[in-house]
Amino acid sequence: MNIVVCVKQVPDTWAEKKLSATDKTVDRESVDGVMNELDEYAVEEALRIKEASGGEVTVLTMGPDKSVETIRKALSMGADKAVHLVDAGLHGSDALATSYALAKALGTIEHDLVILGVESTDARMSVVPAMLAERLGAAQLTFARKVEVGDGTVKIERLTDTGYDVVEAPTPAVISVVEKINEPRYPSFKGIMAAKKKPLTTLTLADAGIEADKVGLGGSATTVADVAARPPKQAGQIVKDEGDGGTKLAEFLASQKFV
Amino acid sequence: MAVDRELPTDEAKALLDLAHDLAVNELAPKAAAYEERGEFPRDVFRLVGEAGLLGLAYDEEYGGGGQPYEVYLQVLEELAAGWAAVALGISVHTLSCYPVAAFGTDEQKARWLPDMLGGSLVGAYCLSEAHAGSDAGSLSARAVRDGDAYVLTGTKAWVTHGGVADYYNVFCRTSDDAKRGISLLLADASTPGLVPQPPEKKMALRSSPTAQIVLDGARVDADRLIGAEGEGLRIALSALDGGRLGISAVATGVAQAALDAATAYARERKQFGRRIADFQGVSFLLADMATAVEASRALYLSAARRRDAGKPYGPQASMAKLYCTDAAMRVTTDAVQVFGGYGYTTEFPVERYMREVKVMQIFEGTNQIQRMVIGRHLAADPS
Repeated sequence: MNIVVCVKQVPDTWAEKKLSATDKTVDRESVDGVMNELDEYAVEEALRIKEASGGEVTVLTMGPDKSVETIRKALSMGADKAVHLVDAGLHGSDALATSYALAKALGTIEHDLVILGVESTDARMSVVPAMLAERLGAAQLTFARKVEVGDGTVKIERLTDTGYDVVEAPTPAVISVVEKINEPRYPSFKGIMAAKKKPLTTLTLADAGIEADKVGLGGSATTVADVAARPPKQAGQIVKDEGDGGTKLAEFLASQKFV
Repeated sequence: MAVDRELPTDEAKALLDLAHDLAVNELAPKAAAYEERGEFPRDVFRLVGEAGLLGLAYDEEYGGGGQPYEVYLQVLEELAAGWAAVALGISVHTLSCYPVAAFGTDEQKARWLPDMLGGSLVGAYCLSEAHAGSDAGSLSARAVRDGDAYVLTGTKAWVTHGGVADYYNVFCRTSDDAKRGISLLLADASTPGLVPQPPEKKMALRSSPTAQIVLDGARVDADRLIGAEGEGLRIALSALDGGRLGISAVATGVAQAALDAATAYARERKQFGRRIADFQGVSFLLADMATAVEASRALYLSAARRRDAGKPYGPQASMAKLYCTDAAMRVTTDAVQVFGGYGYTTEFPVERYMREVKVMQIFEGTNQIQRMVIGRHLAADPS
């Protein structure tokens, strides 16, 4: 089974994130980039499926030149090859435009499964997997906490608020995974050295057959109209227990509609 | 906080990222509990072994990582910031591979190095004795040839990994010759008569066991002699410099962790309505700590680059060991000061950092010995 894992480089989870003053996109230059944490689970799941039933794992990343660090990490974890979609014209693409670009890039890679993390820590919309499945005309199996691969089919446990649903579909399919699914491995030094020799294909808009006016800031359906800094943290409210601490806490929680 | 480093290659950068991730996610969260219990973290060594970090500085031919010291030491530093005992263990393990790698025959290298470097074994180095510390040449454990083996008697002291190691480099006296009286035997941990004693009760680094090894007629095959008979002291001395750089890097890592903790605390903690980081008294303390950490790193890397370039680096290794460990002692002590009363409690890691660093001024050659080495080098006639 050939699997493509979509991997995104995001600003370091713990760094203070900023938006660029000029075009209100996420500032990716002034902070360290890391692999989106949920994508590590996606890579791990792809590697486990490959180790159990064979096939090839390809990493697909859309992002600026710097994203190659994240591609290398996925390769050093054990993926076989990588495709890097990189073009200045992609800058500022929203979720819809991103799903279009990824779908086009996926057209250049033979695959049975596409696996993604359920969301990225920078945008957190959690919509790209579904949009991508729609664009590919493939089944969407999202929020997977367990994946089982059969002969031409794939079955997942889809995490819900109350438990899980079992969802099965024929391949090709698009799967998004939650962090409960596995424990991602660390790369090894051997893996790091091996990653240097693995094939990495770079695609431009033209290479992937992407129409320039459908991506980037101009090709996006959404725009960021205005940006305001988060208000500073307000001083907390101290409840003194004078025998009625419990009541006061309950009243506070009720006033905030927590209970 | 990740340290911004100058690294020679992309793979070195990926390796440092890996070391940082391991330190933050796997080492730091476990350190305090293992230290408290005095438990050797075999599972953590398995993890760093699988990651390929137990043979980084050795040739790829026998399964090592082929990395320059400049890179290997920075990996140690990153790991030490998470858990000093683990980084120290890797430094000692790396030292324990050195005699076979540098003085072993091709046959010995092929027989043992792949396993030693492969990540599944942990090694130990038995040089000191109760009465032979700084004056290692005065050791008295004996190895007497008997047929195709040596019979070892005596007691080795201060052995890191004593009781948990898979093999021991044992320095023993094979004659009373002052210069060529010491030989090195590589003994398997299962050797009958090689008896690790209960670990010493220490101020810190309790998850890294330190024990005496009693040699009670332990028979070690003669083909486990590393180098020629009588060459032991030369081997021991030549291994020292690399080990000293290892300790320099470990001390720098702990100092960095102490600086990071103190800085984060000083930015949060408010007194008189201001962050204490904004008071000059605290801010100057932090500034001196940061300068000492940067200087430590620069100094051990400068010595490492000499080693990587094949230049003599003995005095520079001593300077790095002396400076980095003294600086780390000062930085970790000041970190406790920044935390005030809280720093004196086990609720925060800085009191542990301070205890951990103290021994680094003592082992791998006391800092007085380092000054002696540097002084002798200066006094020697350059011609």
